Amino acid sequence: MSSVIVRDVSLSFGAVEVLKSLNLEIGKGEFLVLLGPSGCGKSTLLNCIAGLLDVTAGQIHINGKNVTWEEPKDRGIGMVFQSYALYPQMSVAGNLSFGLKNARLPKAEIAERVARAASILQIEPLLARRPAELSGGQRQRVAIGRALVRDVEVFLFDEPLSNLDAKLRGELRVEIKRLHQKLGNTMVYVTHDQIEAMTLADRIAVMKGGVIQQLDTPQEIYSRPVNRFVAGFIGSPGMNFFEGSIETNSAPVFKSGDISVDLSRYDFAGPGPEGRQVELGLRPEHVVLGHGADEMPVTAEVEVEIIEPMGSDTLVWTRYGGESLTVRAETDKVPRPGERVLVGFDPGRASIFDATHGERL
Amino acid sequence: MADIRTAATAAETDPTTAGWNGARSEPYGPRPRRIVSRRNIVVYGTLFVVAVYYLLPLYVMVVTSLKGMPEIRFGNIFAPPVEITFEPWVKAWAEACTGLNCDGLSRGFWNSVRITVPSVIASIAIASINGYALANWRFKGADTFFTILIIGAFIPYQVMLYPIVILLREMGLYGSIWGLVMVHSIFGMPILTLLFRNYFSSIPVELFKAARVDGAGFWGIYFKIMLPMSLPIFVVALIIQVTGIWNDFLFGVVYGRPDTYPMTVQLNNIVNSVQGVREYNVNMAATLLTGLVPLIIYFISGKLFVRGIAAGAVKG
Repeated sequence: MSSVIVRDVSLSFGAVEVLKSLNLEIGKGEFLVLLGPSGCGKSTLLNCIAGLLDVTAGQIHINGKNVTWEEPKDRGIGMVFQSYALYPQMSVAGNLSFGLKNARLPKAEIAERVARAASILQIEPLLARRPAELSGGQRQRVAIGRALVRDVEVFLFDEPLSNLDAKLRGELRVEIKRLHQKLGNTMVYVTHDQIEAMTLADRIAVMKGGVIQQLDTPQEIYSRPVNRFVAGFIGSPGMNFFEGSIETNSAPVFKSGDISVDLSRYDFAGPGPEGRQVELGLRPEHVVLGHGADEMPVTAEVEVEIIEPMGSDTLVWTRYGGESLTVRAETDKVPRPGERVLVGFDPGRASIFDATHGERL
Repeated sequence: MADIRTAATAAETDPTTAGWNGARSEPYGPRPRRIVSRRNIVVYGTLFVVAVYYLLPLYVMVVTSLKGMPEIRFGNIFAPPVEITFEPWVKAWAEACTGLNCDGLSRGFWNSVRITVPSVIASIAIASINGYALANWRFKGADTFFTILIIGAFIPYQVMLYPIVILLREMGLYGSIWGLVMVHSIFGMPILTLLFRNYFSSIPVELFKAARVDGAGFWGIYFKIMLPMSLPIFVVALIIQVTGIWNDFLFGVVYGRPDTYPMTVQLNNIVNSVQGVREYNVNMAATLLTGLVPLIIYFISGKLFVRGIAAGAVKG
């Protein structure tokens, strides 16, 4: 059973088409992340689901009910905003109970729900304080609590962690995941941070230009991106790309300048890639440097240009066939800049995209 | 210079910098600032002169209003009163004659209060709701409506004087206090709506969205979310309206009758009366009395006024 269904939804602001006939089905209890660069329409889509924006065309169903014309409060959703959006003049308890008071729930019920949300989020000691007296992390907890007390089926998060510093972001990320496991609600989460998307999501919808590019599990999106955009957007450090063409003798071969890569191990999606202009994508973590490189199907000797130590591992910048190639290496066996090293990779783990329309081959 | 010396001695006694031989001559710590510098003399001198220039007329008014007529006839307008008398103030308030009435400014004062209070409340209430609707509930044609309203701010009052006379006559409000209240409320609308719209636009839109998700409607959001956050801008509007309406002369004289004239019109009638002796002390006292209300408002809410201007009018 689907919890949220977005059917052929379009939205235009004047001449600008933000969402283009978008379809999306979110299962009950699913954690779906809308991921994309700024301006891709992900927040707009969330606002449409919430009912804060009227759609130009299409339908939105929540819990089997067509809510396209319903007010936000009647849609059975709770929403958490990036800037927390706490009412500054009310105490934390006032913020949590505002929606319940508007719904004219009995006092005892309100008190009980606020107490329960506060205990889940561990904000009981803060209930009497004003938002101005809270830290960023505490504020976002209260904002989550405000969605929690509404006792709704669907939670909408609009970049909830973007205003926090890196450490807090990590902590709250885990907390949101824990919350999801505990409550089992449907959650729709908008972010431009791929780490958040990868760690939290059951499925990720990667968006660009008002269109969902790929909707799949994090692992599938990471290892089999459907097009050049998704491949470049997911992964940090980003994928290495090499422009070239495909030639077929006995087996397909990728040729670019003086490098040629045997693609007999690559699983082509369609037939006949011969002669096409393509881009070969290679993740830095799929390239082996130094020890073990010689066991890989494809090897090459490259010169180290720059190294970027990142603590857990080190990023090594090299050049391969005239293009830059970054390699993720273990910190204890990092070469020095200027050294020549052997790198190797398995073309079976690479991705090949058509150079003109960017689709995966 | 003293600062440098103390810094240098501090450096010498401090064991960590004791061996540092540059301490005496090189810059160390906060940069010393001389109080008597050419720049300060120019700045403070100019400010002082300007302040005196502006305060002098007020001084003359206060001093004159406390003198008796014989003393004024000596002609030393800057001299402090030899014999302080409050007689002119009492006369201005309760006995000065305008036309047939000889009950002073007190009648005009109460007329002004009865005009100002309802028009301030009505105009601020309506304009704040206008501004809130324009900022947050983008209805169809909102921009057109707003443009029309703003154009209203640029039309000179004189153009509309006579049409409004006809309008008030037809409504049976001509010459009454309520006619004046209506005129003041309408003419305050453009600028106040602009003020409130800009202020409400500066409140994060996510707050508004959150309140909608929480089930608050048009009035719920206005009264429970927006209003409590908007004290500064309400104070700004209050000051603009109270001073504007209190100081108004034109509408008062055009749309009023002798028994509904506001204080400003009555002041004019006292000061410009052509019969009898010109009582400068009474005129000064009457003028000061008339200016007292806006002055008090400024003193009470000056700080909030600055905050509101900074938050609402400039931003947005």
